Amino acid sequence: MFTKILYAGAFVWLLLSFLKDREKTKTALKKAWKSFENILPSVLAVLLLIGFVLTVLDPDLISKAIGSDSGLFGLLLAAVIGCITLIPGFIAFPLAASLLRAGAGYTQIAVFVSTLMMVGVATLPLEMQYFGKRAALKRNALSLGAAVITSLMVGVIMK
Amino acid sequence: MTVLKRQMKRYALFFLLLVVNAVLLLAAPEVGKESLRMSFAQLTEMLTIIPPVFLLMGLMDVWIPKEVMMKYMGKGAGIRGGVFAFALGSLAAGPLYAAFPMASVFLKKGVSLLNVFLFIGAWSTTKIPMMFFEVTQLGVKFALARFFLNLASIILLAFIMERTTGEKESEAIYQRACAQQKDH
Repeated sequence: MFTKILYAGAFVWLLLSFLKDREKTKTALKKAWKSFENILPSVLAVLLLIGFVLTVLDPDLISKAIGSDSGLFGLLLAAVIGCITLIPGFIAFPLAASLLRAGAGYTQIAVFVSTLMMVGVATLPLEMQYFGKRAALKRNALSLGAAVITSLMVGVIMK
Repeated sequence: MTVLKRQMKRYALFFLLLVVNAVLLLAAPEVGKESLRMSFAQLTEMLTIIPPVFLLMGLMDVWIPKEVMMKYMGKGAGIRGGVFAFALGSLAAGPLYAAFPMASVFLKKGVSLLNVFLFIGAWSTTKIPMMFFEVTQLGVKFALARFFLNLASIILLAFIMERTTGEKESEAIYQRACAQQKDH
C-alpha cells in the first residue's frame, strides 16, 4: 500500500517535473542514479549479511528462544534477535502476536519489536556511509538502551 | 589510485561476504543455499522500494530550494521544525534503510541535525500506518504504551545525538551528505 503511494507520488512528480523543465528532470534522474550507485556496495553487502542472519534465525527458532519462561535471558535474547534481524512490520507483528499467545512475556515482545525497528546491525554499513561510523554506532547503541528501558516499562504497564 | 582499484575497494566487503557464502556453499550446501535464497528474497523487496525513494530524492534535490527546507526544518525553525520533521517521519512507512537517503538530502538542504535525528527516530518507531497494524495484532494498550514511551525516547535520543556531536563531526556529516551524489 505504502509502496504504491510512493510510486504514484514519485511518478506524478516526475511527470510534472518533465513537463515543466526537461533539463532539471534530467539532473534529478542523474542525481537519483548517482546516489544509488554510491550506496550500491553497502546495499549488496547488507543483502548478503541479511541472508546469513535470517538463515540462522528463522521464526521457529525465535519462538523457541523467547517463549514462555525465558526470563532475563529471554529479554536479552529478544533484544539481540531484534537488533540483528530485519523483519518487516507486517511479518513481525503477527509473529509477536503468536509469540504472546504462546506465552512470551510482554517485556520480551516489546523489546523484540522495538529493537527490530530502531536498531539495525545488518544495515550498519549503510548507515555508516550516510552518517559516519561514530554517529551510526552511537544512534544504534542509544536506541538499544532506550528499547530495553521502555520495554521494561511496557512490561510493568501490561501487568 | 586507478579507477579499477578504487572500485574494488568500494566493493571489498561485498566480495568478502561473497567468498564467505561460497565457502558456506561448499562446506554446508543446504545452509549456503538457504542464505542465498534469503538474500534474493530481500533483494526483491529492496528493489521494489528503492526506485521511488531515490527518484523522490533526486526530484526533491532539484525542485525544493535549500532556503525552503532550512526555513521549515533548519536550525532556526524551532519547535515547529521538530514537529514537522517528526510528522514527516511518522507518516512514512517502509524499512529504516529507506530513511537514510532521505535524511541525507535533508542534511544537504541544511536541515538541522536535531531534526534529522527526529525524522529518523520517527521513521523507525512511531510510524502511524504501522501503529494501526500493531493495535490490531497486539492490542490497544500495548501499542499505545509503546508508542508514547518511544515518542519520549525519540525526542530524548535526538537531543542526545545532537548535543554529543561535535562541530567537526557535524561538519563531516554535512559534507558526507553533499558527497552522496558525486562521482568516484
